[in-house]
Order: sequence, then structure tokens, then C-alpha cells
Amino acid sequence: MFIIGELINGMYANIGSAIKERNKSEIQKCALEQVACGADALDVNCGPASRQPLVDMPWLVEAIQEVTDKPLCLDSSKPKVIEEGLKAARNKTIINSTTADPEKLEIIIPLAKQYHSKLIGITISAKGIPQNKDQRLELAATIVATCSEKEFSIEDLYLDPIVLPVNVAQAQMNDILESIHEFRIISDPAPKTIVGLSNVSQGAHVRSLINRTFLTMAVAYGLDSAILDPKDKELMDALITAELILNKNIYCDSYLEAYRKK
Amino acid sequence: MATQLVLEKWPGLISTVTLGAKKEEGGSRATTVKIGGENTLPLLFNEGNIPNKPAIAFEVWDIPPEDWPEELTKAYGKVLNDPFAWADKCVNEYKAQALCLRMQGTHPDFGDKGAQEAAKFVSALLKKVNVPLVITGSGDDAKDNLILPACSEAAKGERCLIGSAVQDNYKTLVASVLADGHSIIAESPIDINIAKQLNILISDMGLSLERIVINPTIGALGYGLEYAYSIMERARLAALSGDKTLASPFICFAGQEAWRAKEAKAAPDQGIIWEVITATSLIQSGADLLVMRHPAAAVKVAKYIDSLFINK
Repeated sequence: MFIIGELINGMYANIGSAIKERNKSEIQKCALEQVACGADALDVNCGPASRQPLVDMPWLVEAIQEVTDKPLCLDSSKPKVIEEGLKAARNKTIINSTTADPEKLEIIIPLAKQYHSKLIGITISAKGIPQNKDQRLELAATIVATCSEKEFSIEDLYLDPIVLPVNVAQAQMNDILESIHEFRIISDPAPKTIVGLSNVSQGAHVRSLINRTFLTMAVAYGLDSAILDPKDKELMDALITAELILNKNIYCDSYLEAYRKK
Repeated sequence: MATQLVLEKWPGLISTVTLGAKKEEGGSRATTVKIGGENTLPLLFNEGNIPNKPAIAFEVWDIPPEDWPEELTKAYGKVLNDPFAWADKCVNEYKAQALCLRMQGTHPDFGDKGAQEAAKFVSALLKKVNVPLVITGSGDDAKDNLILPACSEAAKGERCLIGSAVQDNYKTLVASVLADGHSIIAESPIDINIAKQLNILISDMGLSLERIVINPTIGALGYGLEYAYSIMERARLAALSGDKTLASPFICFAGQEAWRAKEAKAAPDQGIIWEVITATSLIQSGADLLVMRHPAAAVKVAKYIDSLFINK
């Protein structure tokens, strides 16, 4: 599982104020803590309160890559903000994200190609959030087809079925999980799959348990990657155990420790 | 149209373990032997690097072996009664690149030699021969815990490979090996889960994973060879996929197992054939260091290794 740490996000109070006060060390500490807990890449999001995201994004990128060479997942709905991040990045990058809207794909795919970045495609469009699996597959197919057309490598594409809060869209959970499996059979080579995990428990009381239960199930459906809180130890333990049960790693009594030694 | 071979590339790498230390490295060996270091499956030269050939260590005991079949004992003749002459013959006549010393005489049932005597013996042997040494105990856990630390200390700085650590008895040996600059044999009973667990336990004590050689325990031809193969293959696939806790070279006691087979004693020369087939099959399974008994078998296998690596 490719783990993207979600904690560098301006919507969290500590990160929000660190961005505002240009407090590099707070950002760097958060980056290193996530890496130590097993993050393979770091999400970078200025947050909704950022007044000057075009400046904040490259500042965050610079601050983080001073302390780690892990890939950076540049998270913004605004292509210009992503581009400023791409320009500043020396680390590998992942664009987070494009929707399935043609006008968005027209801008983001060339950007990903130009900067040799991987790309997350979310199966939503201007029409809104899909209501079932078929709508998700249709949007996924649009993203894959456009990437192929523009000669963007499908192996560098991560499709996100858009995870909804369980307390809002309980009826959709099964479709979301099945989409993870079916996205992989859209093309050969297969696109990868990703979820923004925390959304599943948005607004719920028992957040961590819901997160790790959903993740465990998604892993069984073949999920490749997740944006999550790597500092949630129980979540990470559940993930490692799920992968163990799927025979992705060899069992030993200290398998949790063995995984973390990797 | 020419067939396109599908070449596999792996992210992982087997660690390289060096046996023996030369003078400038704090030891007194004339040569050293490197094992491991490959980043592909055995003999798939087009898929990755295999920097080191499988190596052979000749088995030498500190006492005359009582239970060796005649075909084996007659190959060495009188020198079996004098371990120093035996070791000398292996090195000078059969050109052994390394020796594997078994301290059988320390076993309570086979002489019960004490720690001091064992240490003295190791020191003397190190003076007699100048190739790298593998040192193993007699297999009696309690006794090994007494004599192996003494042997380790006597060989301090010579970068030996010492064993065996097992899941229920590893702490004493790890502490000695760590203090005296050696590497360790981690032995598991044809069980990949225990092999992995033991490597973790050892590395938790501060001995780095790069100083561990796995003895997966093998069976001879006809006695579970294919089971050993499957365990070694599985460990190797995991290691090459990035599991560092299994990325250790393998040591295989081919001679010991082959000569236990009743077929090895059934007809003249059959024992040599049994040992050769067992050893060469283990090379296909990923063995990095073979411990062998019959000189004719060892020489044949060494030639076979050279022929495999002829263009490399």
C-alpha cells in the first residue's frame, strides 16, 4: 500500500497558523513525523483559509523538501496553485487532483506530463457526485480515455472513487468498494486506485474505527493507495494486518515490527 | 518475429556478507570470501546482478567423526585423526576457499571439551590455516552457550561466521558475535515464519541484518529437497520484493544432509553423487554458501559453479 500522509493541510489549526506565520519548523516536524510512521508520500494542502495559495503552496513545498525526499502530493482544486507547487518541487510529485470534466482534464493532464508528475483523477464532474457504481465507472472511463488520448501513462494514474461519509451516504459504501475493484479492469495496464480515507468518517463520532474498518475492506478490494493519517497507529496496524492476510507479506510473530523495518 | 523475453526487475537486494578479515582489516586471513549481494533470482544473469558466486566451505571437525560412512572417511584417510592436518589438506590439496569447523568434541556425549580448550583449539587452527572460518557448535544448546562465546572471543577480529542461533537460544551467541566482530548463522527448521522472526529478534539486539546468514535447514535429495527449495524460493521472492528482514544470504549444510541418506551409502560413488546433486540443486534454490564433506563432491560442485559463471 502506497501511503500518503494527510496532515500537512491548512485546515488543521497548527498547519494553518504555521503557514500564516511562515513557521517552517512546524511544517517540517509534521512531515518527518508522518514519514517516521510509514508515509511513502506527503499530501500538501494550503487549506481553505489560505489567502495567497499561489505563494503558500511553493513555500510549503520548499519547506518540506528541505527535510525529506519523499514524493509530494500537491493538493488543490486550482490548477494554478498546483503548477506553482510543481515549479518549486525537486521531489517527485503527484497532482491531487483532476475531476472528470473535460475542461479540467485539458489543463491538468498536460501539466502532469510537463512536470513528470503522477496524477489523481477523482470520479466527479460538474454534474456532481456520482450516485452509484455505474456513474463512477463512466467518469473513470472518461479520465482513462482522456489520459490515453493525451499519451499520459495509465500506470501513473490513480483513480479515486470519491469516498463519502458513512453517515451521509451509507447506501453507497458497497458501490464505492466495488468501484475500487472494477477501476482496475478498465484498461491494461491498469490504473491504480486511491481513496481519501478520512472522509468516510466525516461527522461521525467513532472516527478512527470507521476509518480502519473501511480501509481494511478497501484493501481486500485491491486498493493501491490511500491518503490517511499515518500517526493513527491502530489504523496502520489494521492496514499491515490486512495486507498480511492477503499474503502480501510473509508472516512472523513480530510482523508489525517487521513491516515497519522495511 | 523474435520472442521478447520478459525480464523481471526487483527493488530488493540480498545483503553481502564478508567472511574473513585480512591483516589490514584487523584479522589474519590471506583471503576473504564474499557471499550474497544478488538482486535477482538464482542464475538469472540477464535480470540483475549476481556479484558473488556461491561459495563452498569444507567441513572439518575438532574430533574424528564417528558416524561418517567409510566412503567419506577413506577420502581423507589418516588426517581425520588430526584436525589440523585435516584442515591443512582441505586448504592446500583441495584448495578450499573456506572451512566450516564443527566443534563436535564439545558435545557432552562426544568428549565434553570445555570452553577454554575449545578456544585454544580455534586459536591454533587460525594459526594453521589462513582461509575464512565458519564455526559451529555441537548442537547441544546449553554447551554451545558455554563454548561458542569462548571460540568467538578467540577468533576476535577474524570476521568468522558463527552458529547457530535458533529461536529459543540466540541471545548469548548474538552478544558474543556482536562484541567480537563476526557474523551469525540464524537457523530455522524449514520454516520461513521462524526464519523471519529470528532475524528480527537478532537485529533487535543490535546485530545488523547485514551480519546475518540464514540456515533455512535443508533436506537432501529424496529427503525434502523440494520442500527446502520452496521455502528458500519464497524467502528470496519476499526479499527481492523489498522485505529486508529476509534479505540474508543462505548457508546450506549439503554434505551433512546428503550423507545421512541411506542411498548415499548404498553403492560406491553414490554418496558423492548424492552430495553433488543435493548441492547443485541448492545452488538453483539460492544457496550462497554450501558446507560440503566429500572432497571429490566439493571439487565437482566448484567446477559446476565455475561453468555457470563462465561468462560473468
